[in-house]
Amino acid sequence: MKEFLIGKLNLEALPHEWFTIGGTVAFIALALLVIIVLTRTKRWKWLWDEWLTSVDPKKIGIMYFIVAGVMLLRGGLDALMIWLQQALSSGSSHGYLSSDHFQQIFTAHGNIMVFFVAMAFIFGLINYIVPLQIGARDLASPFLNTLGFWLFVAGVIMVNMFFVFGGQYAATGWLAVAPLSGTQFSPGVGVDYWIWSLQISGIGTTLGAINFIMTILKMRAPGMTLRKMPLFTWGSLCSMVMAATVFPLLTATLFLMFFDRYFGAHFFTTELGGNAMMYTNLIWMWGHPEVYILMLPSFGVFSEVVSTFSRKRIASYMSNVLGMIGVSLFALSVWLHHFFTMGSSADVNAFFGVMTMIIAIPTAVLVFTWIATMHKGRIRFTTPMLWFLGFIGTFSIGGMAGVILAVPPADFQLHNSLFLVAHFHTMVIGGVLFGIFAGLTYWFPKIAGFRLNERIGRYAFWCWLSGFLLAFTPLYVLGIMGATRRLDHYDASTGYQPLFIVSLIGGLVIAAGVVLQIVQIIASVIQRKQLMDTTGDPWDGRSLEWSVASRPPSYNFTVIPQVTSRDAYWDVKQLGTLKTAYEDILVPKNTASGIYISAFAFLVGFGFVWHIVWLVVVGMIGIIACVIARTFDEHTEYTLSAAEVKKAEEAREKKTAVARVHKSLAIGEEMGLWEFIVIVVKWALDILKNKRWRTW
Amino acid sequence: MVTIGDNHHEEAANDRVMFGFWVYLMTDLLMFAVLFAVYAVLQGNSLGGPSGGELFSLHLALAETLILLTSSFTCGLGMIAARMGNKKQVLTWFGVTFILGLSFLGLELREFSSLIHEGHTISSNAFLSSFFTLVGTHGLHITSGLLWMAIVMVFVVRRGLNQHMVRKLAMLSLFWHFLDIVWIFIFTVVYLRAFV
Repeated sequence: MKEFLIGKLNLEALPHEWFTIGGTVAFIALALLVIIVLTRTKRWKWLWDEWLTSVDPKKIGIMYFIVAGVMLLRGGLDALMIWLQQALSSGSSHGYLSSDHFQQIFTAHGNIMVFFVAMAFIFGLINYIVPLQIGARDLASPFLNTLGFWLFVAGVIMVNMFFVFGGQYAATGWLAVAPLSGTQFSPGVGVDYWIWSLQISGIGTTLGAINFIMTILKMRAPGMTLRKMPLFTWGSLCSMVMAATVFPLLTATLFLMFFDRYFGAHFFTTELGGNAMMYTNLIWMWGHPEVYILMLPSFGVFSEVVSTFSRKRIASYMSNVLGMIGVSLFALSVWLHHFFTMGSSADVNAFFGVMTMIIAIPTAVLVFTWIATMHKGRIRFTTPMLWFLGFIGTFSIGGMAGVILAVPPADFQLHNSLFLVAHFHTMVIGGVLFGIFAGLTYWFPKIAGFRLNERIGRYAFWCWLSGFLLAFTPLYVLGIMGATRRLDHYDASTGYQPLFIVSLIGGLVIAAGVVLQIVQIIASVIQRKQLMDTTGDPWDGRSLEWSVASRPPSYNFTVIPQVTSRDAYWDVKQLGTLKTAYEDILVPKNTASGIYISAFAFLVGFGFVWHIVWLVVVGMIGIIACVIARTFDEHTEYTLSAAEVKKAEEAREKKTAVARVHKSLAIGEEMGLWEFIVIVVKWALDILKNKRWRTW
Repeated sequence: MVTIGDNHHEEAANDRVMFGFWVYLMTDLLMFAVLFAVYAVLQGNSLGGPSGGELFSLHLALAETLILLTSSFTCGLGMIAARMGNKKQVLTWFGVTFILGLSFLGLELREFSSLIHEGHTISSNAFLSSFFTLVGTHGLHITSGLLWMAIVMVFVVRRGLNQHMVRKLAMLSLFWHFLDIVWIFIFTVVYLRAFV
């Protein structure tokens, strides 16, 4: 009976170790804080109606940013814990983490950063920007979009759930290598949490990818042919086509592993004919393209940034597009370079080695189009441009390290060493994350209505860049010295410790960069009147997203623009203004179906993790019922009449006029770090002196 | 005659949804591709247990194939009726399709249960793991297709053949033909090859 009701759950599963207790307390405290604030300010209904159930891709994009930001802090904390352990744990000292804890943190760091930070930021950017860039009012399926987001949230909760129930996460590396991840070697629930958090969020990614492919291919403004499409949209299209191609492989592979663990199947086990290397093959068939799925939208961001801030159209647009398409195609046939040591024949290794080197060619084409764009341009060194310049350097270093790793004989030496870890982080931080930061800074005025503080942004950039070099250059050296990845302890005679300490210092500098980014956002909010974007076009941009007001109305465009050239908005600005004529607009209604379906999906996953069959059944029935209710609802849209649109537009005009006045009155520089500290201290003193908290 | 999409907006939406559904089918196909590849790798790993040739019945597989192919044909007839706006014929042909699908599922379940009864389960060896997973995943798709079909028919009865329903039927029939094509590959790769 007990087994029927709660499966494998028991008191042992409740948190009882310092790091799970810490995590649980932190999460509960955070949740309580949010609940108290929302209740005090009576914002529950507002939150539900305006945000959680919203199908507006702009709001969903912002929600992606928020979750990704929180997860960035969580994954960053994991990274600092790893660094600290490695700096301490030499010779007779064993650091402050047990080796099992260390491996769990390692796995969690990898999963969170790839799935719940990088992917989330990318999806957020695509959600917000792509419809605006292609002149669309919405995505092809607003419902799939909210469903995809909430499945992603269910995955986020699942990956953090082990803090509360179970007390352990997978200690198997971020891709759960088989047969280590089988029940024989990992009997606990850690791997099950891993499977279900990735499974649920991965299905959301597939649905999202299908939706974006539909949107980009079918909903572009009249006149925008594929050859006139903005490059961020091109990068997103390539990325989403790849996601729709490889995420089904992940889904299938995770199901096979689930069958191994739950039904005792023998796909990847060491007994009864299972084949562990097949798991490695399958997971990397997804895993390698995944890196490019993250990278391609960043490439797109850089193309937009470099062209805007050089005041030139992108040099050789077609080479850039073909470069991105080339990367996407080649990326599908390089997966075996992750395990040259598997023992395939020399021919197989040579093929994948050569393919891996070939992929450097389209990538180099991209880099050269960006450099050529800057050539003879009138460059403005704004923060997005700084992120871009930082990227060019780090990306080239990382790329060349990648070419070294692509040579099978060299890889036999470097396989699974910190050289690989350094290469990978150079690409993902220097390539993906810098691109995300460039994009967020570049489009921030569109998203928030005011620019970000440039001064503090520059400090943050320099912290990130120098911290990054300080943290990861030693890892290249350590890798060549023989240090392997997932190393929780090493002998003093290896001489690793000084380099690990340098690496830790680099990590702390990066952490300072993150703190500065938070400060940057707060400082910009304080000075928002001054930084207000009243034109909708703060950077003198070239593509359609700059033709609408910052923050755009829910329907994006009052009139769907007619596109005649590549830099659609630039030409409009040269020729004169857009005409305005109001028309009726069909708007999708908000829906909570995505939330319900994801909640049931979460129950299914939780039920499988703990072997609670009734919960699985309830969850499945719930999903089916919600899907039926939603798909047979024929009234999912309503009409916004031309008169209402006119009223809203005029109200906005008035508001903008007021903002313009405020902006002209607010003179003075953007605040620097010192002014920020002074303001915060004054504010705190004011609260203390006047006992303000009593009135809260 | 009912035309799909009375106005421009509906037509564009229809076009998008059908395109998206095709993309979805391709993603599903890739999932099957993984399962086929896994089967191809593991089919020899029965480790002394009986091989496919000793376990499967070619007659049963042939009967399943013929039933499913026929159901695809009746599904096509149902779709023609839907485009003509003939509600009664739609219900008849999709009803026949449903019954054929159900009997296919029944035969497959019978095969599975007799195998399991004889002690050949998913955990016996790698070959059987991959067999049950590949064929079972197809069966699961058939099950969800049947569920979908039943629900669409209920709504067709209640709401009539409006353009939403015709679109749903069009997607359903695409799904059904897709499963048919996958089954042809299963029949070839799993059953026919076992007797070569």
